Amino acid sequence: MSPDRPVGDLFRRFRERLSAERENGSAAGRESRSAAGRESGSRATAAGPGVGRTDAGSRDAGLAPHPPRDAAPRRRRGKGGKGGGEQLNVPPAEFTSYYGRPILKPPVWRWDIAAYLFTGGLAAGSSLLAAGGQFTGRPALRRAGRVAALAGVGASTYFLVNDLGRPSRFHHMLRVAKVTSPMSVGTWILSVFGPAAGVAAVAEAAPLLPGRGVLGLGRRLLPPAGHAAGVVAAVTAPALATYTGVLLADTAVPSWHEAYPELPAIFAGSALASGAGVGLVAAPCAQAGPARRMAVAGAAMELWGSHRVENRLGLLSEPYTQGTPGKLLRAGRALTAAGVAGALIGRRSRVLSALSGGALIAASACTRFGIFHGGVASARDPRYTVVPQRERADRRAADQD
Amino acid sequence: MPDANSLYGPLDPAPDAGWVDAPPRMGFFTDTSVCIGCKACEVACKEWNDVPDSGFDLLGMSYDNTGALTANSWRHVAFIEQPRPAGHRTPPFAGDPTGPATSPASAAVGAVTAPDTGTNPGLPPGQPEAAARMAAGPEFLGMPGTAPPGRGTGVESRTDFRWLMMSDVCKHCTHAACLDVCPTGSLFRTEFGTVVVQEDICNGCGYCISACPYGVIDQRKGDGRAWKCTLCYDRIGAGMTPACAQACPTESIQYGPLDELRERAATRVAALHERGVPEARLYGHDPTDGVGGDGAFFLLLDEPEVYGLPPDPVVTTRDLPKMWKRAGLAALAMAAAAVAAFAGGSS
Repeated sequence: MSPDRPVGDLFRRFRERLSAERENGSAAGRESRSAAGRESGSRATAAGPGVGRTDAGSRDAGLAPHPPRDAAPRRRRGKGGKGGGEQLNVPPAEFTSYYGRPILKPPVWRWDIAAYLFTGGLAAGSSLLAAGGQFTGRPALRRAGRVAALAGVGASTYFLVNDLGRPSRFHHMLRVAKVTSPMSVGTWILSVFGPAAGVAAVAEAAPLLPGRGVLGLGRRLLPPAGHAAGVVAAVTAPALATYTGVLLADTAVPSWHEAYPELPAIFAGSALASGAGVGLVAAPCAQAGPARRMAVAGAAMELWGSHRVENRLGLLSEPYTQGTPGKLLRAGRALTAAGVAGALIGRRSRVLSALSGGALIAASACTRFGIFHGGVASARDPRYTVVPQRERADRRAADQD
Repeated sequence: MPDANSLYGPLDPAPDAGWVDAPPRMGFFTDTSVCIGCKACEVACKEWNDVPDSGFDLLGMSYDNTGALTANSWRHVAFIEQPRPAGHRTPPFAGDPTGPATSPASAAVGAVTAPDTGTNPGLPPGQPEAAARMAAGPEFLGMPGTAPPGRGTGVESRTDFRWLMMSDVCKHCTHAACLDVCPTGSLFRTEFGTVVVQEDICNGCGYCISACPYGVIDQRKGDGRAWKCTLCYDRIGAGMTPACAQACPTESIQYGPLDELRERAATRVAALHERGVPEARLYGHDPTDGVGGDGAFFLLLDEPEVYGLPPDPVVTTRDLPKMWKRAGLAALAMAAAAVAAFAGGSS
């Protein structure tokens, strides 16, 4: 529906674009267009089976490319030996589509969901940090972790509900429990984690209560309740941090689905690193040792996973290396490296520790948004849907012959 | 106990979803070789299901101004114009004239023809110059195929062409990813093996939209919920034919028990092959394909991607057990890393 658009507006704009193109059609422009036209075309123009299965075929058959040509192939820039990794096998991007339109519907999730990936991970990492602080007698880590976990899970809940088409029906999520729906599984994980993280964080307020009366009772009861709740939250935290990998992978979005072995690892690493970042920001140097080690472990998992995703998937790695997602993931990597280096170097410097903690938290956010938008980009371009599937179908047909 | 093939492989979906004594699985067979692109199916669907209009506008790409299946278009007629012969018949336009679509000279003559209409003033003669000016040349309106190929450019640039038309619809997959990932239970499997959204349950989480390998289901703006073809659940429950199949004037859309449709489709493909249309092929009919076979399948005259269909769709839940395993491993690694970080000394 287009209530705010006058009837026929699209078509008028289309005609204006056509005539504008015809007017400034300089010789160079025309030449490049016709060259592009000769280069690409489609298998749809084949004159018979076998012939014209590629653009070259349609050219030989003297046929104009039709339906309108798809975007010219853009090969991935060579990495110049930097970064190593497996050889990219990017297939030639000759493919057919229906007027260049995407086959899949791109995710309708707005940035709220990318933000949730970050805040959910932050909450999970922080609650692990808090539990560690709780068991090893590091009150600064415990306090910061519990507060960050509550803030993270609170923000997560807001983002998740806000992204719904019908936010007032958010409770319909609680009608069923389905293991085939990662979102349903996640709902139940959050339903356990959220209250536990909340109780643990509230328990931190116990020392503020007066020593006598009903509130005094609270002062005595809250710490053990917070202790138990902190354990519940920490036990749930790894599930909260990793299920989101399945949430994205269990879709038809090509670059998310094919990355299913790595996504949980990336998200787990990213969650650990951001939790460690909270510790580094909030805790004095004497207590921050475990946070530094957590940062190293988390960064290692995250970097391993994102390196694999950017190199292992062939054509489907491309969306993660180009445009905004590419920039975000590169920024995430640089920030992670800087954060880890700062955390290790700055053992005795409160300022350097806090800065590196901030870098780790920012790195986690960049990585989440990068992975999110990479998948969205892969669903928007029919190439990422058609080319791998066509190859698979052709391979199978060849096997059968 | 769910079937071993609950997530992937051949399956009868209704009993797997818990229906006892389910009626035979119903579906669509859309034979695109007889589709004439009239869009009666689109209109009938909108009328019956009270689907909002999808914006009255021209896309400027073909006679298809619907563009794709959306929440507001549950049937979509695709138009593909191809410069290749339409199969076994005589090449079209073999002896057609070239030049402008209407001769200015004949228009000038026609303008002064004034038949007696038996009325007064009747049909008065026109201005020959104005008529000739009007007929001088076709104005390009952005529509492909407003004149036969080569009409304006000469015989040598003339090519054959054919039109492919296909009425697309929700595939009602055997393994429906939309249904499996729905976190509210809004999408459900009917006794007819079809997949339907319950509009009073859907909360617009959008998961089904990313999960559909065909890009069918979609969210309606302003409403927020996901909508798609119901295979006219209300009609078929009462023993009636779905609106689109009922309205189809060429029986391109056929409705019936899926087994029967599959047999009919196989016969039709064989007949077409025999008549010299070797490119005819079925799409979505095979219970062993990536989605366990579609409840709505097609006879196509070119590769699926030409029609905007995925060439080899696979239901995403095929890999779900492996995904959960990887998530479990990652969770264990995360917990281990946290424990190790705190156990590793006090520095």
